[in-house]
Amino acid sequence: MSALEVVSTSKIFNQGTAKQVDALVDVNLTVNPGEFVSLIGPSGCGKSTLLRLIANLLEPTSGSVSVNKKTAAQARLDQDYGMAFQQAGLFDWRTVSKNIELPLELKGWDKAKREARAKEMLELVKLPEFADLYPWQLSGGMQQRIAIARALAAHPQLLLMDEPFGALDEMTREYMQGELLRICGETSTTVVFVTHSIPEAVYLSNRVIVMSPRPGRITAVIDVDLGSKRNEDTRAADGFFRSITAVREALRGTHAEHAAANAVRGVEDR
Amino acid sequence: MRQVGPAIIFGIAFLALWESAVRGFDLKPYFLAAPSKIGEQFFKNYSRIWEASMVSGGNALVGLVVGTVLGIAMSFILSRYRFLGELITPLAIALNAIPIFVLVAVLNNMYSITSEIPRRVMVTLVVYFIVLVNVAKGLTQVRSTHVELMRSYAASEFAILRKVRVPNAVPYLFTALKVAAPASVITAFVSEYFGGLQNGLGSRITSNIANAKNAAAWAYVLGACLLGLAFYAVSIILEGIARKGEAK
Repeated sequence: MSALEVVSTSKIFNQGTAKQVDALVDVNLTVNPGEFVSLIGPSGCGKSTLLRLIANLLEPTSGSVSVNKKTAAQARLDQDYGMAFQQAGLFDWRTVSKNIELPLELKGWDKAKREARAKEMLELVKLPEFADLYPWQLSGGMQQRIAIARALAAHPQLLLMDEPFGALDEMTREYMQGELLRICGETSTTVVFVTHSIPEAVYLSNRVIVMSPRPGRITAVIDVDLGSKRNEDTRAADGFFRSITAVREALRGTHAEHAAANAVRGVEDR
Repeated sequence: MRQVGPAIIFGIAFLALWESAVRGFDLKPYFLAAPSKIGEQFFKNYSRIWEASMVSGGNALVGLVVGTVLGIAMSFILSRYRFLGELITPLAIALNAIPIFVLVAVLNNMYSITSEIPRRVMVTLVVYFIVLVNVAKGLTQVRSTHVELMRSYAASEFAILRKVRVPNAVPYLFTALKVAAPASVITAFVSEYFGGLQNGLGSRITSNIANAKNAAAWAYVLGACLLGLAFYAVSIILEGIARKGEAK
């Protein structure tokens, strides 16, 4: 059974107007349970749009999205997935613990159960002593770990992440990547991860989906064969560099094509 | 509260300079009263200043409370029904553009000469707009990440209101109150300049000046300052209680 299935899905904004944008055209994607999949591509390639279609924060113009064999809408209502964004998006007026409890509150869990789960999640992200602090008292990396704890609080099988480490410095970023792999390994969570960074995509993923803009579509799928146990040595392994090169070449292909398209348009404009 | 020392020293130096200027240049009392004379008048007329403060302060407080309640209520309605906002915003801007105090003269005509209502309505109006604009901003300008997050939790509009919009608007409300509290006092006694009962701070200032009792007029001005400060202090204390432990 697949964890996630996107079938010939398109998303067109402002259809039929002068401002029409073909954000995604005819996208097919299947993700297996426990798999870590990254979406990578230049700005405007529709990777965030695809993530929001999976999350049912946007409705597709055509095609279908299913999560755990349910429609995306039903999966959202059942809170079958957790989500994390580039900004941690913690609520300033809630303590760290109360932030993690928020999705559980909305599910109608009672207080004792919520608090126990928040404690468990804080252990998971290794920040148990910060439960009663407010988000502004934490560093950016810690805030992002709390956001991940919140996304996983209801034990969803699917985690959707939109450039969650994009605002962090390189050192914190690499540390967070290791932590994310550990947490997802421990909870056997399926992840769809949007990123701009090639090494990040390769280090984290079983598969890297390369996308290209205008219209947004999938242009290459690269399997990363680095095994399931990854650590800091992985970043120096031959396979790591081979995959980085493969992703880079795939991206360069879309970039060259993109530049050519622009050049043609430039001529037409004159 | 850390930088209180230098401020006190500056204040004392300012009063000393004022006092010595009045004495040194032999400024006449009808031109500028000395701080010592004002202080003397303040303590001599203490009970009258207190009574007048209660009248103006009472008007300000009634207007502040009613205006705040109405402003909050309206901001909820406006944030729920955006089209109403589009209807009402131009009117609000137009109302704010006219020198709003002139309305007191009109209101005085509508009620009897012994009524405090025109002044209270005036304060209510001023406070209402300050609260409405700020709280409506707090209810609507929530971070898009927060709204997406709540939608990913399948949260209802009411849950988003209760857990995101209202907490987000709380600091905006206190920002509004910090502006509205002193403004309510100012409005209450400026309103007294347009006639009606002669029992508040504003009318006492005018009548003392009319009787060439300059120092006494200044003593009432001092009372007005203290009243405004008291309102401001209360709004800050309320904010401290409401936002205990949060980021400033």
